[in-house]
Amino acid sequence: MNTVTTLPLPRRRTSRHRLGSTLRTVAIAVVLAVLLLPIVWMVLASLRTTLDIVDPQRFLTAGFTLDNYRGVLSRYNFSPFIANSFLIAFASTLIALVVGAPAAFAISRFHVRNATAFLMLARVLPGVSLLVPWFFLFSTLGVVGGYPVLIGTHVFVTLPFVVAVMAGFFTSLPEELEESAQVDGLTRAGAFLRITLPLSVPGLATSAILAFIFSWNNFLFALVLSSQQTRTLPVAISNFTAYASVDWGGLMAAAVVITLPVILVALVAQKYVVSGLAAGATKG
Amino acid sequence: MITGTAPAGAEPDAAHLSAPGPVFRPEDHRPERRRGLRDRLGSWIDRHLKVLFIAPSVAYIATMIAFPILYTVYLSLTNSQGAVTRPFDMVGLENYTHWLTDTDRFWPATWRTIYYTALALALEMVFGLAIALLLRKSFRGQGIVRAAILAPLVATPVAIGMMWMLLLEPNIGIVNHMLGNLSLPRLGFLTSPGQALTTLALIDVWQWTPMVALILLAGLSSLPDEPYEAASVDGASRLQQFWYVTLPMLWPTMAAAMMLRAVDALKSFDVIYATKGRGGGSEHEVETLNILAYGQSFEFSQYGRASALLMIFLMLIVAALAVIHILRKAGQQ
Repeated sequence: MNTVTTLPLPRRRTSRHRLGSTLRTVAIAVVLAVLLLPIVWMVLASLRTTLDIVDPQRFLTAGFTLDNYRGVLSRYNFSPFIANSFLIAFASTLIALVVGAPAAFAISRFHVRNATAFLMLARVLPGVSLLVPWFFLFSTLGVVGGYPVLIGTHVFVTLPFVVAVMAGFFTSLPEELEESAQVDGLTRAGAFLRITLPLSVPGLATSAILAFIFSWNNFLFALVLSSQQTRTLPVAISNFTAYASVDWGGLMAAAVVITLPVILVALVAQKYVVSGLAAGATKG
Repeated sequence: MITGTAPAGAEPDAAHLSAPGPVFRPEDHRPERRRGLRDRLGSWIDRHLKVLFIAPSVAYIATMIAFPILYTVYLSLTNSQGAVTRPFDMVGLENYTHWLTDTDRFWPATWRTIYYTALALALEMVFGLAIALLLRKSFRGQGIVRAAILAPLVATPVAIGMMWMLLLEPNIGIVNHMLGNLSLPRLGFLTSPGQALTTLALIDVWQWTPMVALILLAGLSSLPDEPYEAASVDGASRLQQFWYVTLPMLWPTMAAAMMLRAVDALKSFDVIYATKGRGGGSEHEVETLNILAYGQSFEFSQYGRASALLMIFLMLIVAALAVIHILRKAGQQ
């Protein structure tokens, strides 16, 4: 891969090389520490009593407790918000896949670059600028606070991701597969459904995971458009700071509850997330 | 010819084409080929496949965007406020002149938005490129490292805000505790009006540098080897190779990453709102254009004013994208 190292190197360079690779290991360790220690600290704090959190001397040696999690789930009753977040993220991901995958297929096969550029507008426009008119429209229709509106607006987040990732994926699949299926008597749409889609499972997984993560993390749309019943986790947790600002343990437990699902998904599907983010990003 | 180019995954479907002997054709074994409704529907769908497949997505995004943009333009020319259904009048460009002459909230918010974006973007590009170069060569534990750096960028922004509030808390936070141990002065971070905006930009750097690193890593791995071979034959040093080979070839990818990050940094909302609340703190010290527009819309219901502000904000975003686009073109020459 690296052609430079295949050239014969003068001998005295080897010690320099060893030094270089040690430095690199140290640098990587520093990067990881900066990126991960805050999250480790958050998880640790969620397992400590508030008394132990406020005293850094006791923090590291104190015992573990699950009281904060019990508090979040029972006293502050976060369970419905967890369910709301799951429902909305899941539904908006599913809809984006159903609507977006065929669009991406057509875009990749007919080279409709304008359509991709247009869909990317959804990534560029600030959410607040869309929310004022949306709020007017949905209020007039009397649907603010309902699940359909929340799911529908979250599709706005998930759809561009699905189209960008899938368009790239379909382009990497050879068109001959569909052509030979058509020779065998399938319609073009049938070839897409029976041949292309089954081969696209990795791409579909990538876009589904990314869409789910970004819908799950979305804060602004639910902040304005949800009701008490349909509130999602990010909104619930941001309200939580207002009335439980000194309950650091509870706050950290809530923060862990909301980040844990996405971090787990990202860790398990690491390869997909990396390729998807790179693809989704450069298409923008 | 067809089977020759088919990848391994396609063999079950394509194998019969190259198989010797009688070729299996599904239509031969169908009971009776009726040219019925289904076939006609199928061929109609095929003829209109492009439109049928793309239309739902485009129609959805168009509806969700076109109506808001047109309505925002319209509202920005009115004095709409209060309840959604309350009648309002046209006031011309009054809302625009209100903001452009507002040195109290608007101009400070504009400068804050630009400062936050420029600081975050500059640091993210430098650190992102450094990390990408660091992870470029394969090493043991590569998979784990690449997975680990994903954590900040998939974590929920609101939770990230909570997390940093605890870490940076002036009295109990571990960061100040460590500064104290190193006999450095303790800082207010998010709570100190003079430091909060910079602190938030640095949180943005913490969260999104991995994203830039991943994009640039993808860009680096797709660079061809030949220019490096030529450069090393010519005796170019590592630094020279980086400056004259890597950077110019990576430039389009860097511009794409910059564009993405610029847009997202300009419209940052979640972490700022989660840590500093409405109005951007007691002295509006972290009030960016996005936070100001949100407050005008959904706290004070000043829809006319807010719409004019959003139009100005949109122009700022377009201007930022244009600048990066020009930079990209310039870098390619």
